[in-house]
Amino acid sequence: MSALNRNILALREMSADEIQLILDQAQEMKEILSRPIKKVPTLRGKSVVTLFFENSTRTRMSFEMAAKTLSADVTGFAASTSSVAKGESLKDTILTLNAMKADAFVIRHSASGAAHFIARHTSARVINAGDGTHEHPTQGLLDMLTIRQHKGTLRGLTVAIVGDIAHSRVARSNVWGLTKMGAKVRLVGPRTLLPADVEQLPVEVHTNLRRGISGCDVVNVLRIQMERQDAGLFPSVREYAQTFGVNRSVLREAKPDVLVMHPGPMNRGIEITPDVADGEFSVVTEQVTNGVAVRMALLYLLLGGSNDASGH
Amino acid sequence: MAKTESVQVMDGDEIRRAITRIAHEIIERNHGADGLVFVGIQKKGVPLARRIRDAVQTIEGDELPLGTLDISLYRDDYDSRTAELVPTDIPCSLTGKTVVLVDDVLFTGRSVRSALEALIDFGRPAAIQLAVLVDRGHRELPVRADYVGKNLPTSRREEVLVMLGDDPSADRVVIQKPAGGQGGK
Repeated sequence: MSALNRNILALREMSADEIQLILDQAQEMKEILSRPIKKVPTLRGKSVVTLFFENSTRTRMSFEMAAKTLSADVTGFAASTSSVAKGESLKDTILTLNAMKADAFVIRHSASGAAHFIARHTSARVINAGDGTHEHPTQGLLDMLTIRQHKGTLRGLTVAIVGDIAHSRVARSNVWGLTKMGAKVRLVGPRTLLPADVEQLPVEVHTNLRRGISGCDVVNVLRIQMERQDAGLFPSVREYAQTFGVNRSVLREAKPDVLVMHPGPMNRGIEITPDVADGEFSVVTEQVTNGVAVRMALLYLLLGGSNDASGH
Repeated sequence: MAKTESVQVMDGDEIRRAITRIAHEIIERNHGADGLVFVGIQKKGVPLARRIRDAVQTIEGDELPLGTLDISLYRDDYDSRTAELVPTDIPCSLTGKTVVLVDDVLFTGRSVRSALEALIDFGRPAAIQLAVLVDRGHRELPVRADYVGKNLPTSRREEVLVMLGDDPSADRVVIQKPAGGQGGK
């Protein structure tokens, strides 16, 4: 009994119409966040369980705020303090939580495909909040909503995603979402941080930052994961900052009204300079607000529908 | 069941006169238009709210705020399949104001209940008054309108359609009866 009769596991699996619906509804949800009383009764009596097997602050808080604004009950679950620490398998954890009659699971896990796995073992709705290096669909949606608010549309735009593409689920969700909505995507980064299957993605690939962002409407800067340096994927953090750090000078290659985005948390002075992060092109804080709106829209579309609705 | 029979119950002139009368009643009851805020329930209350607000402005001369309210998230029978959200835009704080809530048709009263709950999230109005173009009866909740364009006895199986367009002379209200003549009381 809801508008999206599915789980939200990957943008690759979704249609342009579904993405459009989510973005349109998120736009209306955003208005609620600016009300004097930021709460609507819509999901009263629905329960949302957040399963975070990996650390997260903003995504988890964003989902909790979204659920609470819609009056759903949220139960948190952190792997470090649960029976997972006693060796319980993911499947048993899900079967247990299933028996408690949750309406939706929001899951983050370090294994790609974890959300799909859970979806096979529960009748509750599942929203992927990031699985390994696979996808982070709600981040892709909030990035698209932010771009659309500034540019009016996604069709025909050129979006450069800069940084550690290979390990980035954010990049993958952006690639699938943006291309479905008619934008062109460029992936920009050192060879060692591009995915092995990059030729199979519907994107342009650049290993030079200036050329990569030349004429772009949007530059989406990814976090460089410090632990990757230990794996020898780039020579030094300083060298990375000099060749792939987004600064004011490099940004002049992009369109004059370029938007600069970052999914957070930022390493200021490494992948992005502080003056760009806080500058006039940056929409980083709007991304955070839009994140709550997108998650509200998803919970509404997945759980919306009282049990005794007349169904007309 | 696919065939329906439509009967026109108000034409453009009658609707215009009803709106003018409602505007005068609003002004009389509130001793002027000070502190009035007009709010149309999405979607069909919105054009009617604009017409009534404009009519009050024409008489009183002051510029009066007009807002829109989507009640989908407050309904007791909501369903996200059919309730696609549309803009809610309340242009000012409602605290201390007299809100004239506007909808096209008053039927069960459930939309109005949802709207009352939603409005109160925008402040504490001094009063909320309800204006509708058509009151068709069959209330399921203790709700009544303060201003009514036309009282229209209907059967539950009928549908009342208010059509307000860009050209007011083409406006009309029709009752659609299910085919087969079983729609009567």
